[in-house]
Amino acid sequence: MAQSGETLLKTPLHARHVAAGARMVPFAGYDMPVQYPLGILKEHQWTREKAGLFDVSHMGQAWLNGPDHATTAKALETLVPADMLNLKPGQQRYTQLLTDKGGIIDDLMVVRPVDPAYDGRLFLVVNAGTKDGDYAHMEARLPAGVSIERLDDRALMALQGPQAIAVLSGLCPEVADMTFMTARYVDIGGIEAHVTRSGYTGEDGFEISVAEGDAEALWDKLTAHDAVEPIGLGARDSLRLEAGYCLYGHDIDTQTSPIEAALNWSIQKRRREEGGFPGHARIIREISEGPARRRVGILPEGRAPAREGTVIATPDGAEIGVVTSGGFGPSVGGPVAMGYVATGHAQAGTAIHLIVRGKAQPAKVAKLPFTEHRYKR
Amino acid sequence: MSTTRYTKDHEYIRVDGDTGIVGITDYAQSQLGDVVYVELPEAGKALEKGGEAAVVESVKAASEVYAPVSGEVLEVNGDLEAAPAAINEDPAGAGWFMKIKIGNASELDELMSEEDYQAYVKSIS
Repeated sequence: MAQSGETLLKTPLHARHVAAGARMVPFAGYDMPVQYPLGILKEHQWTREKAGLFDVSHMGQAWLNGPDHATTAKALETLVPADMLNLKPGQQRYTQLLTDKGGIIDDLMVVRPVDPAYDGRLFLVVNAGTKDGDYAHMEARLPAGVSIERLDDRALMALQGPQAIAVLSGLCPEVADMTFMTARYVDIGGIEAHVTRSGYTGEDGFEISVAEGDAEALWDKLTAHDAVEPIGLGARDSLRLEAGYCLYGHDIDTQTSPIEAALNWSIQKRRREEGGFPGHARIIREISEGPARRRVGILPEGRAPAREGTVIATPDGAEIGVVTSGGFGPSVGGPVAMGYVATGHAQAGTAIHLIVRGKAQPAKVAKLPFTEHRYKR
Repeated sequence: MSTTRYTKDHEYIRVDGDTGIVGITDYAQSQLGDVVYVELPEAGKALEKGGEAAVVESVKAASEVYAPVSGEVLEVNGDLEAAPAAINEDPAGAGWFMKIKIGNASELDELMSEEDYQAYVKSIS
């Protein structure tokens, strides 16, 4: 987090945000747009209905370089619980860097490049606020011959929403047949780009990595389309909350395991059986016996949003957990939250109380996501 | 004739005799962004100048609304429960929060006039 007096970093798209009239705020050491003149509510709805363009250049992009795929994948597997060895060329996967106790140091996306010339490389995207720590953590643990190469000279944009495909395929027809969680190198009107069909909103869409010198040109090409509006961090947060995604440092951190965080789906069978990742014993125990607490969705019954830190209690008043993300869900049309509750209370439909400003507000444990994912499978 | 006075925390009170209508200013609503929820006091509640009178929540965060002067809540704007966006659209009109009986009129003198408030907003924005 930025300290007062510290100089904030700027992404290659900073001038575009300022020119568009964005309200800029410090975020993870960067001066970032929290909203544009449209406002958070309308930006959220625009993304769900059309296509929103997000500058996520503050996130960390890096190569993990090794001599061949098996060597690089196995090196990464010593740090994360997902199956990297069996990633197909052009496939993307979500995973977590873990502490020795199975806590989450960061969550990240990994791509195995489709181009055989890049055999032995994995492309990583990590969170902005954790990237320096992540790279140091990995460098200290990687075997000889496998190393991190930071790509600090690249920008990253996310184009999200039901019309994202029409917009991007209009500039680059070959993205049309990409499926969710796959990656490709493409030419977008003369700009070399690494594109994945993925995102953080629950909508179909793309994340597009380009050289920083090409960022403004691509931003201009995309925002020139009538269906595209720039979207700030405010709506990015409400969109991901409705989509049930964890925000690092809030819903997951070094004290939460992937099983407590209900990320079981991200640990493939082979890794569960073979182990060989940090915290394996705890994670296997939590899978078989159930964790002591679990991340759940929460739907308040009234209109009052329950923010991060709100105490969760039983209707009898016994404290059973805490809200880790909460606010107003524009597409849900009311307040939504997520948080951790003692496992006996994690069933969807369980009646709970949220202690908001000293008053108990009735709520129910709810299934995640709050809004249906609309991916291109 | 009514006069409107302002606090440094961007509440207004539109004074009419010994009562006043309390709300937040246009500057305040623009800073908050889209308002999604308001928690209003009960009629009859005694307010102390500078004490918490209401809570307003935008998509981003919850903020307190402080009583510009001491007094008693006579009536609250119940329409805000179903339509909190009125605070963004018409903060000085349909987006009013509460009507209070002014307890101590001399406290009004400590608040800013329209002209002073506009200068204050200019100085901080």
